[in-house]
Amino acid sequence: MKKEFEVISQIIQNNKRVLDIGCGDGTLMEYLKFNQQNDVRGLEPQKDLVQKCIAKGLSVIEGDAEKELVQFPDKSFDYAILSQTLQAFLFPEKVLKQLLRIGKQTIVSIPNFGYWKIRLHLLFKGTMPLTSNLPNEWYNTPNLHMCTIQDFVNFCKEKNIIIDRSLCLTNEKISEITNGNMLYKNIFSQLGIFLVK
Amino acid sequence: MNKEIKNIKKLIVNQSLDLDCGKIIKNFPIAYETYGTLNKSKSNAILVFHALSGDQFVTNINPITKQEGWWTTAVGPGKAIDTNKYFIICINVLGGCMGSFGPKEINPETNELFGTTFPVITIRDMVRAQIYLLEYLGIDKLLSIAGGSMGGMQVLQFASLYPNKTYSAIPIACSASHSAQNIALNELGRQAIMADPTWNNGNYFKTNLSPDKGLAIARMAAHITYLSKKNLQEKFGRKLQDAGNLKFSFDADFQIESYLRHQGTKFVDRFDANSYLYITRAMDYFDLEKQFNGNLSLAFKNTKSKFCVISFSSDWLYPTIENKEIVMALNSSGANVGFVEINSDKGHDSFLLNVPKFLKTLSEFLNSTYKEINNEKRI
Repeated sequence: MKKEFEVISQIIQNNKRVLDIGCGDGTLMEYLKFNQQNDVRGLEPQKDLVQKCIAKGLSVIEGDAEKELVQFPDKSFDYAILSQTLQAFLFPEKVLKQLLRIGKQTIVSIPNFGYWKIRLHLLFKGTMPLTSNLPNEWYNTPNLHMCTIQDFVNFCKEKNIIIDRSLCLTNEKISEITNGNMLYKNIFSQLGIFLVK
Repeated sequence: MNKEIKNIKKLIVNQSLDLDCGKIIKNFPIAYETYGTLNKSKSNAILVFHALSGDQFVTNINPITKQEGWWTTAVGPGKAIDTNKYFIICINVLGGCMGSFGPKEINPETNELFGTTFPVITIRDMVRAQIYLLEYLGIDKLLSIAGGSMGGMQVLQFASLYPNKTYSAIPIACSASHSAQNIALNELGRQAIMADPTWNNGNYFKTNLSPDKGLAIARMAAHITYLSKKNLQEKFGRKLQDAGNLKFSFDADFQIESYLRHQGTKFVDRFDANSYLYITRAMDYFDLEKQFNGNLSLAFKNTKSKFCVISFSSDWLYPTIENKEIVMALNSSGANVGFVEINSDKGHDSFLLNVPKFLKTLSEFLNSTYKEINNEKRI
């Protein structure tokens, strides 16, 4: 399991209700269900991935988060997870609003567009950045709304979203983001993971 | 045919059942078939519900019609619903014509066949009648319930009526309330039967005639709705019966015409016209949402079952959107539900045909549920 999922699963306590939006092949869900006895549901737009999840015994619904989160009642999950998907939505703000409504707490991870390699790529090559985390060209990338760790924190402030924890991943190492190290983390981290409500 | 129908498995239900129409029935037969072996812990039983034109003979050769069972693609040794592993039960619905209490049975009060004096039954009546067989077989909790089309409606009704009687539920290509379009199509079929002079207000059994024409037309019309436009176009297109020559008559010029005619006549041999009226009526009356005063999620309020809802992309009779409404209601009641739409060009009939991704999903869902339950039991 990738480091990001380890971090997310450590945030989540045992025996909680969890909704994983864009759950992919269900790797994180499987871990949460079988190792932490969480009651987990998933939402995933790709049929073949949904079928993989069902085969694993996971309850996953085929569907598009931009349209289908409305069906879940308020605060019906202890945690709603959105792993590296926020930037791919047409209306990320609306999706996040839904997540905050459904989950008592929400875990959002974002690929950090402020990462130094990305900055240098644009500065020196003058073309849209490609990294191992963001491997697609500008014309076929699913990512419509890239942001930096700083952007996301600013956004939360503006929308009165409370950030309970801010973590970042730098070369598979996890650390806390604080007011003091924000500038630094926004340059050297590949991924931001936030626990918000 | 009558001799063989006497040999099929039947349970005479001694209790009385209050039907939704207000009438009470008692000492009524329900005909059923089982496949596979019930394990010691009775934890491998799956109740399969049949659709409008189906019966209890899910797989193998149907002893009455001598045709293959209606779900041979999914049920059998090594198949998705594996008869080597699970114990499969299927019951002919109330109002049916394969041995269960229906219009073809004798009314003990008059000693005549019921015909249209048979009470109008509902999906809820059908499901409530089936529970007696589970009691008889000593099965407290099923591993799963599964069915497509009207079978799916029974799955929903069962899950709602008996929230603790099944670990999982698989409603396929169905709806929680019959749409206006589907009522209209059923009405077309009924009118075809009733317009046949030999129908004789449902008393055709008093003559030697039966409304074969009417029933065949009903089946032809219905059959079109089970297929997709693309499917029809690819299979038949404008292909002619007779080496490329139009006959300039009303004979079956096109292959699709003779195919439909064949479907119609084949059906008449095995199905009772009055049963067709009763069962389509039951489908039309089905409105689970209304049973819960317009809030479908209340239908599943107490359910602990794990659901797997499946629809097909080219099904226009029970389209994905109607299946999704079930999923949404389950989600808003906090139920455990998975959903997938299977890509298939084969229309509503996809659930009966060899659609590998569908069968794989079915198989894997049952497999994982079975594993989970047996792990739980060990703990």
